[in-house]
Amino acid sequence: MSEVPLRELVPAVIGVLVRRGADFASAEDAVQEALIRALAVWPDDPPRDPKAWLVTVAWRRFVDAARAEASRRGRELAVDAEPPAGPVPAADDTLRLYFLCAHPILPAASAVALTLRAVGGLTTRQIAAAYLVPEATMAQRISRAKRKLAELPLDQPGELSTVLRVLYLVFNEGYGGDVDLAAEAIRLARQLVALTDDPPAAGPGHQAAGPDPEATGLLALMLLHHARRATRTGPGGRLVPLAEQDRTRWDTELIAEGVRLLQAALARDQLGEYQAQAAIAALHADARSTAETDWVQIVEWYDELVRLTGSPVVRLNRAVAVGQADGPYAGLAALAGVRPDLPRYAAVTAYLNEQAGDLERAADLYAEAARVAGSVLERDHLTREAARVRERLRFRGTP
Amino acid sequence: MKYLLLKHYRGGPTPTVDFPPLDQWEPAAVDAHIQYMRDFAARLEETGERVDEQALSPEGTFVRYDGEGRPPVTDGPFAETKDLIAGWMVIDVESWDRALELAGELSAAPGPDGKPIYEWLELRPFLTGPPTVTE
Repeated sequence: MSEVPLRELVPAVIGVLVRRGADFASAEDAVQEALIRALAVWPDDPPRDPKAWLVTVAWRRFVDAARAEASRRGRELAVDAEPPAGPVPAADDTLRLYFLCAHPILPAASAVALTLRAVGGLTTRQIAAAYLVPEATMAQRISRAKRKLAELPLDQPGELSTVLRVLYLVFNEGYGGDVDLAAEAIRLARQLVALTDDPPAAGPGHQAAGPDPEATGLLALMLLHHARRATRTGPGGRLVPLAEQDRTRWDTELIAEGVRLLQAALARDQLGEYQAQAAIAALHADARSTAETDWVQIVEWYDELVRLTGSPVVRLNRAVAVGQADGPYAGLAALAGVRPDLPRYAAVTAYLNEQAGDLERAADLYAEAARVAGSVLERDHLTREAARVRERLRFRGTP
Repeated sequence: MKYLLLKHYRGGPTPTVDFPPLDQWEPAAVDAHIQYMRDFAARLEETGERVDEQALSPEGTFVRYDGEGRPPVTDGPFAETKDLIAGWMVIDVESWDRALELAGELSAAPGPDGKPIYEWLELRPFLTGPPTVTE
């Protein structure tokens, strides 16, 4: 059994232990230990029933840990009994696990780590490697998060919006060590979409007509961006901007699936930020070049996004789209009221100024944008842009 | 978000409190200072924010390439170099404000008289990988 199908079992096995009476934190620890054992043992000695194997080993670990804890405290604890698994549907348990791991009381980095471990079935070591921190630090981050969750009142199950936010963060992190975080985020989003499809928790009278539109919108957004992955970087790992990407190499299957999901979500008429972002990505995916892109419609979706989120970053990106739809001066005008201390503000103004023909200003702004860039690839790209515009300046007038 | 906390032997703004080098302190004050650093690192591990810490010797040299087939050229050490790095700590925290808070805490390590040394620390954000979704 390869790693991903093995990891898919993890949330369900945690669910079984919790139903047998284990608390979430101990169950999660026990399953993590069973998982590490499975990764070591299974290649040579694969079990007939992987899930039953994991449940048995994890339950034994849990009982041992509980006994050790009980004797440490010098009192008896009845944990030997194995009550049969209840009739609760497993899908509901897994959904609850998503909500718990991404609970709003957790800091974002902790929610990400816990989700990757308890829902994604990654080991602490893999998560630590993906986020470039020591394993001990990641282990502490996870156990602190679980201690925090243990203090939660039972009537605060969490909310879908933070689950979506956590998966979005994981996706946006991209590659990380030997774990493909983008692919993992897509796998978890897929599972989440399936789980929100007519949830039993919705209760009587709830008219569920399919999976949650925002969860679906997020999955569509991820697929549409993942489709461009191979073209986003060029030789030597350099950043290739959207306008220069080789669109013939975009993954048409992923795009088709993303568009199909987006249409289904939009048909539910409950617009949210992920659907709007996916709509923008879909319009890019649909065009053969920037010149053939429907910028007017993209600006309309940005208007929706501004309305939905009020985010200054969205206003900044909207200015780029306005620049494409109505010309660079309109784009610069759209920047009025956008805070200049935003990341990428200088990069956007540099671009619009170059389009408007003010090369001197564009070159200086690209150089400034490179100085304040948040990532190495963006910095290098913006430095090249500054150099390119300065070269244009030198040769201006020569035919 | 990862940040570098940079300790300097020299360089940076004028020290707020003037104190002699560590080797001239009372042994107990040296121990207290080092223990403070250790406790700080241990606390960061406990909060899930520790990434790395390293100390650097003040000794060293500048090195550069000197052309095909020739050995590298060394230069220095320079006694008057205005900036000299003593070591660093790398933290992974939720926000810039949290990074400031921790740097402030580290800067309060005890000096020769057991009171905080008010040491200037340089705080620098790491550059990261680019985000996937940018438009």
